[in-house]
Amino acid sequence: MFGQEFEKTVDEIVARYPQPRAALLPVLWEIQRHKGWIDGECERWAGERLGVSPAHVHGVVTFYTMYKQRPTGKYHIQLCTTLSCMLRGSDDLLEHLEEKLGIDVGETTPDGKFSLQRAECLGSCGTAPMFQLNDDYHEDLTLEKVDQLLDSLP
Amino acid sequence: MEKILTRNIHKENSPSIEVYEAGGGYQAYRKAIPSMGPDEVTEQVKKSGLRGRGGAGFPCGLKWSFMPKEKNKPHYLLVNADESEPGTFKDRLLMELDPHLVIEGSMLSAYAIRADVCYIYIRGEFVRPAEVMNRAIAEAYAKGYAGRNICGSDWSCELVVHRGAGAYICGEETALMTSLEGDRGYPRNKPPFPAQSGFFGCPTTINNVETLSCVSFIIERGADWFLTIGPDEKNSGPKLYCLSGHVKRPGVYEGPMGLPLMELIHELGGGMLREDRPLKAVIPGGSSVPVLRAEECEVNLDFDSLMKAGSALGSAGIMVMDSSTCMVNALHRIAYFYDHESCGQCTPCRQGTGWMRRILERIENGQGRTEDIDLLKNVADNIEGNTICALGDAAAWPVQSFVKKFRDEFQAHVDAGKCTVLSNA
Repeated sequence: MFGQEFEKTVDEIVARYPQPRAALLPVLWEIQRHKGWIDGECERWAGERLGVSPAHVHGVVTFYTMYKQRPTGKYHIQLCTTLSCMLRGSDDLLEHLEEKLGIDVGETTPDGKFSLQRAECLGSCGTAPMFQLNDDYHEDLTLEKVDQLLDSLP
Repeated sequence: MEKILTRNIHKENSPSIEVYEAGGGYQAYRKAIPSMGPDEVTEQVKKSGLRGRGGAGFPCGLKWSFMPKEKNKPHYLLVNADESEPGTFKDRLLMELDPHLVIEGSMLSAYAIRADVCYIYIRGEFVRPAEVMNRAIAEAYAKGYAGRNICGSDWSCELVVHRGAGAYICGEETALMTSLEGDRGYPRNKPPFPAQSGFFGCPTTINNVETLSCVSFIIERGADWFLTIGPDEKNSGPKLYCLSGHVKRPGVYEGPMGLPLMELIHELGGGMLREDRPLKAVIPGGSSVPVLRAEECEVNLDFDSLMKAGSALGSAGIMVMDSSTCMVNALHRIAYFYDHESCGQCTPCRQGTGWMRRILERIENGQGRTEDIDLLKNVADNIEGNTICALGDAAAWPVQSFVKKFRDEFQAHVDAGKCTVLSNA
């Protein structure tokens, strides 16, 4: 799956653990990096490679919030709305994002550019409000900063 | 107080091993290995009074001493970098800005417990901190601080970053092990304790990032020096305080264990965000611990002082709320979190967290009934103590304390059928 380079990376990951099954989380990360999300075929492949059942893999994929079971937008926004962010205005930010992007939480814009999620505490409470855009944190946000950032994305 | 844990973070290129070593880094490590035996390291840490900074405050050296001295199986150190307790953001700072401090402390601890592998379990969202840690680990390997025959000794230990994938529960130490084994992060009953039967049934110790970051200083300067910081031998050492919410300058502040809460808010944090909105409440140890009313905030931030005040230091996530905060709304947000994060294994927690969230939703939407207030407490009381791990307690404590301390506000919400705080703000 995904070619020789990928298989080699998986072998390296597996070697870090006393049992292959422990490599499941990092292998799923690797699959998601290649494909963008994880489908049933990927789950079966990972199970076979690591010696666990596809049901076990599916259980893991659905337990953790960061494994995507369907494609998301090119820019995936996860807005933290837990207490510290709420106290600093994350609800206004959420409303603004929904309005600006024309989508609700859990949806993707029709052009596939943006998707929006509510996230639980992202460990950035001192720089609230904030969101994670793909891999990066954007902190101390204001409505203006959000506009500037989103408008600048290709 | 002299900056200890944060002494490097403002230096240019602070994550690099050159900067870390130029500031005296890895001297403790080279001092200890191999001339100090593993048990001597443990003894020093025991003597220092260092208690876990992740939330439970368990004595660190004592935890290590539970590890078997004879090796029949591989030993593991798991570094808990799954920082997810709402209001907590100190471990991220250490990993991003001083990764070698984390590595040196972790490897000293790994030496003390005779570990063969040290896994650093970093929450999945911390993509950049994990990258910084991985670069630092490569530097440490190149210097011979990890891998085979460390510092010319006969001790070998691998150092590996393992990324989580989004689950608060994995910060619970047994759930972290289950997750590291490639499973859903389900906590396990104790006993057996991880030191007896941990990661894949092998002796295992799990410690928080900040806890481990204290260790190199204890070895370098001695347990007696560590004990001079903080009020007493059970509350010792430097501490990172995470200040968030309605203050002018939120952020991570280092101080001695036992820093007065009001000093943190008013001096370090610059005071309340708005002059016209006085302090209403503080959650002093991450969202899991009981809330303090403004008049209860003349308290020192250490394990025993906060316990005496009916709360806990927890992870030192200090969340400050001013007079504009609706306590129903705030508690609803907290309850939403625990409902979302319950792993679903124990019925009282799986069901109870959902019930509490829905009752709070009802009160917040103006459909609350007077009996709902007691019902909330009743549900919380029936979760507390009835689950495998502490997530159940963590979900119950805020509900119990909010309802007890701000009952009038919950009643007013029910009576008016709407929020009486936000509409007056």
